[in-house]
Amino acid sequence: MSGRSYFAVALLIAVAFAASLLTPWSGLAELWATDRPLGIAVLQELRLPRALLALTYGAMLGAAGAAIQALFANPLASPDLTGTTSGAALGAVVTAYLLGFSSPIALSLGAVAGAFGALLLLLALAGRRAETATLLLSGLAISALAGALTTLALALAPSPFAFYDAYDWLMGSLVDRSLAQAAFAGLPALATTLLLLRLRAPLDSLTLGEDVAQSFGYDVRRLRLEIVALTAVGVGACVAICGAIGFIGLVAPIFARLFTRGHPGRAMLPAAMLGGALLLAADLAVRTLPLGRTLPIGVVTALLGAPCFLWLVAHMRWSLNR
Amino acid sequence: MSALLEARGIGLKGRLPALDLTLEAPQLVCLVGPNGSGKTSLLHSLSGIGSPSGVVRIDGHALSAASPAQRRRLLSYLPAAREAAWPLTALDLVRLGLPSSAGKAEAEAALEQLDLLTFADRRADRLSTGERSRVLIARALAARPRLLLLDEPIANLDPLWQLKLMDLLAGLARDGQAVLLALHDLDLAARYAERLIVMSGGKVAADGAPGQVMDSDAIRSVFGIEKGEAGWRPA
Repeated sequence: MSGRSYFAVALLIAVAFAASLLTPWSGLAELWATDRPLGIAVLQELRLPRALLALTYGAMLGAAGAAIQALFANPLASPDLTGTTSGAALGAVVTAYLLGFSSPIALSLGAVAGAFGALLLLLALAGRRAETATLLLSGLAISALAGALTTLALALAPSPFAFYDAYDWLMGSLVDRSLAQAAFAGLPALATTLLLLRLRAPLDSLTLGEDVAQSFGYDVRRLRLEIVALTAVGVGACVAICGAIGFIGLVAPIFARLFTRGHPGRAMLPAAMLGGALLLAADLAVRTLPLGRTLPIGVVTALLGAPCFLWLVAHMRWSLNR
Repeated sequence: MSALLEARGIGLKGRLPALDLTLEAPQLVCLVGPNGSGKTSLLHSLSGIGSPSGVVRIDGHALSAASPAQRRRLLSYLPAAREAAWPLTALDLVRLGLPSSAGKAEAEAALEQLDLLTFADRRADRLSTGERSRVLIARALAARPRLLLLDEPIANLDPLWQLKLMDLLAGLARDGQAVLLALHDLDLAARYAERLIVMSGGKVAADGAPGQVMDSDAIRSVFGIEKGEAGWRPA
């Protein structure tokens, strides 16, 4: 990716971040004129956490998606399609509604454990270098199992409002999160993203196969474990605070590889940048769509991402039939 | 002065019992043996693939202590499978074999050796199987390592390119690189090798000059074939 492309994406992120802070403008402008301290409070307490969460959650999803795709040598691998996000949601629901621990740290730990379990199950089911069909079927099975267990956990929860309560969060939401909550999700997401970026050279070398990567001196078993653990921590921490948000981890790496001439490892940085920009844009869409109510952000990313996914599947099939 | 390759007690649990191998000077060494005799396992053990036991030293440098960039200058391994997981161009695939500090010129030189410079910007997955094999061979040669470990490098190549590649490898050995390759073609092995190692059941059954090894009973007892007037035939 050239310096000019990085600058263009960085500029896009800066514009989206500023727009996220200032949208809707009319209410903020009025507050700024009439009650400036309240205006500052709205910016600091409501809009800043939301924009920071969108940026860091999106960046983590982009980087983790690129890392998982490189690891499985498959462009259809992503945190949501591999069942990692559903595993994290299950972990958080069990922790909150069955075990009764609802502090951010407890929710995060539960979600990380769920995501870790789902990824380990995927590795066991789909194998190291997963064929597309095996990967998707394994991901589908894990997502279905985690989804069913999440519903079961909510049905068995002591609180009669558990379903209603969890629905909004499970579909993904960045609304009304505090700065402390933003830190709980954003800091692990940022750390995960930075730690994943260190692994771009070994992930690029996996293009030549695991044996060649090992002959270069990379410990592929450790690499696999590192990516699984980092993705679990990043996805777990974000799902615990903001719920499940799909398709960013699938779509951002696909576009990012266009900037890196197909290199899967070095696509992690542009994927992180595009992931952040995409989630900021999706959150802006949620706020500005004239529907009279706020849509869950996970619905918007799915509506935008699912056609990309379908296109990718059709494209792969077309390539195979050529 | 240290040997070019000194391997002590190298092996893979359950696949290859520990053995020693030394290459005093650069030469072309062919590794022959029936399927499952341990040729690939030996190449893996030398390359550090699959947590092998033992110690490998190249020009006195312990392989386990070398960084990924240093290792690319010490040895290069070409697996029998000639696939790339992602649709990179031929030039980008070759550059993956170079230390990150190395430039485009080295990759282009490697492509030129395999007569592939015109394909440099073509996606490797859109090339023919033989052309893609040559791209991956170019990747293995690109960093000009001291030791080349090649598993069936002539597989997928047409007869002309099989000979061209063997000539190229013999030239590299003359110019100072050690080349150890697994080969199924006994005639090519006998013609090009300066040293022939016959593997059987994970052990070295014979090791020496090709004329000496081919004339011994090793080929007959290991492969179950013998040379007749019309070529090789079941013994």
